[in-house]
Amino acid sequence: MTTVSEASEKKPARGLAEGGAYQKLLAFASLIMLLIGFSIASPNFMQTSNMIAILQATSVNGVLAIAATLVIITGGIDLSVGTLMTFCAVIAGVVLTYLGMPLLLGVIAAIGAGALCGLISGTFVAKMKIPPFIATLGMMLILKGLSLVISGTRPIYFNDTPGFDLISRGSLIGEVFPALPIPNGVLILFIMAGVAAYILGRTVLGRYAFALGSNEEAVRLSGVNTDMWKMRIYALAGGICGIGGILIASRLNSAQPALGLGYELEAIAAVVIGGTSLSGGRGTILGTLIGALIMAVLTNGLRVLSVAQEWQTVVTGVIIILAVYADMVRRGKTG
Amino acid sequence: MSNDIILETRDLTKHYGGVHALEGANFTLRKGEHVAIMGDNGAGKSTFVRQITGVEQRTRGEIIFDGQPAQFAGPLDAREAGIETVFQTLALADDLDVPDNLFLGREKTKWDWLGPFRLLDYKAMRDATMAGLEKTAVKIPNLNNPIRNMSGGQRQCVAIARTATFHSKLTIMDEPTAALGVQETAQVENIIRTLKEAGEPLILISHNMRQVFDLVDRIIVFRRGRICANLRKEDTDGQDVVAYITGAKTQPEYAEAE
Repeated sequence: MTTVSEASEKKPARGLAEGGAYQKLLAFASLIMLLIGFSIASPNFMQTSNMIAILQATSVNGVLAIAATLVIITGGIDLSVGTLMTFCAVIAGVVLTYLGMPLLLGVIAAIGAGALCGLISGTFVAKMKIPPFIATLGMMLILKGLSLVISGTRPIYFNDTPGFDLISRGSLIGEVFPALPIPNGVLILFIMAGVAAYILGRTVLGRYAFALGSNEEAVRLSGVNTDMWKMRIYALAGGICGIGGILIASRLNSAQPALGLGYELEAIAAVVIGGTSLSGGRGTILGTLIGALIMAVLTNGLRVLSVAQEWQTVVTGVIIILAVYADMVRRGKTG
Repeated sequence: MSNDIILETRDLTKHYGGVHALEGANFTLRKGEHVAIMGDNGAGKSTFVRQITGVEQRTRGEIIFDGQPAQFAGPLDAREAGIETVFQTLALADDLDVPDNLFLGREKTKWDWLGPFRLLDYKAMRDATMAGLEKTAVKIPNLNNPIRNMSGGQRQCVAIARTATFHSKLTIMDEPTAALGVQETAQVENIIRTLKEAGEPLILISHNMRQVFDLVDRIIVFRRGRICANLRKEDTDGQDVVAYITGAKTQPEYAEAE
């Protein structure tokens, strides 16, 4: 036993990053291999327009996956990210189209609604001790229903709000570098990723997220108000879903109330592929970002190769299982 | 009684519904004194500690800590008052490194106006950790190593090193070596000796008779939720203590409680 522990001491450690480093590397290598593979298979794949389509497709899922990462690091799970995104888009639609409020107010309302719903999920989990899976499953259905009720099951269009579609589809980078028309949605995703990574790595909230997922009892015994911090983290994740809602509404220039179901699984898949442990305590935003890119590249690449939609889904499922298995093999080795 | 008493409990009692886990415990600890609490499983040792450290709220009785009546609302209150506890289940977060664990719940921060997003002051925490480890003579090769990768002894040392880092007035250890090997146990015992030399008072809960006689000045025996003996180390031996633990003997001053 002593020799084993001494051997592991000599391993170079990289603090919080160390946990998912191997998996992240594996994920990154997989991403590169997918890119190379698809480029060889199809000349249409490595086109700037296609790359931008991939990034655009990543933006919404990526933002939701970032929200899911925060919650999963605490040892929880959030199944409501998809329908919460839709709910926030509908709220934006109500505020902007029905009430005719200015654009900024719609954005704030969507993010606020997201944070509030996250706070409610967090209350279910922290105060009422409902297992996160059940609490957020309930929230997922509640929000799906509410989105349909509020919108009267009809899409809400943003035609009266000029500039709303530019939030996601415009390109600030493209205006400066015309050769690189990266949509704002992608820019927002990367900014969000940077902010989330900073919060996780540098702030008290991030520290408690890892600590909660690592050993909640220890955190409680250390005198930390674990309930309050959990609620804050769920609320933050909810707010991020609100941004996801704005992104998807902007991209479709409408709030589609029937949308959203299934997005949560795509988000969780991205998180898992990126090396975040579903049992909590370990994970990185960079990994999640890579995971979301892998999902998008796979979907896009298979489509470019004219693989049937049905088979794309099958492949995605296989990838998720392989990713988690790789993570478990690694953990089995290091004990 | 003079002011050299760091901790005193009077009639400290805890009932869980109908279960009388702790009944009328009168206990004193002097500054610099190391006291062991012994007793069978379920005798009330851990319950006693949980009342003192604010993990649970007592049913009745008084706790006087450092001359002041204490009413800790939670573990953080007790820690802030100066009671540092090493729990039976290591209260460490496996995925965090040494400074993170030492400062869990008491992070040094910058930019506090950011509220929940205030920044961690890594450097300050690291420096304080180094100082604390030096004080307890704990050697940990790599502070940035997550606790997960450490041996049981090292983890326990980290848990104990919190005490030194925060200049606590009282350290409580709940079976600190129960899960450790021989060498690691020796390592932890050395830290306890260091604390003794530094004059830091300690309450040690242990089942290990050899360890208790090696380390402490006085032994308190709990039985069925009550204190049944208060023995100076010089006046007793292992067999005697076992007799109190099993119920073969009870000191006369505690007999009326039976």
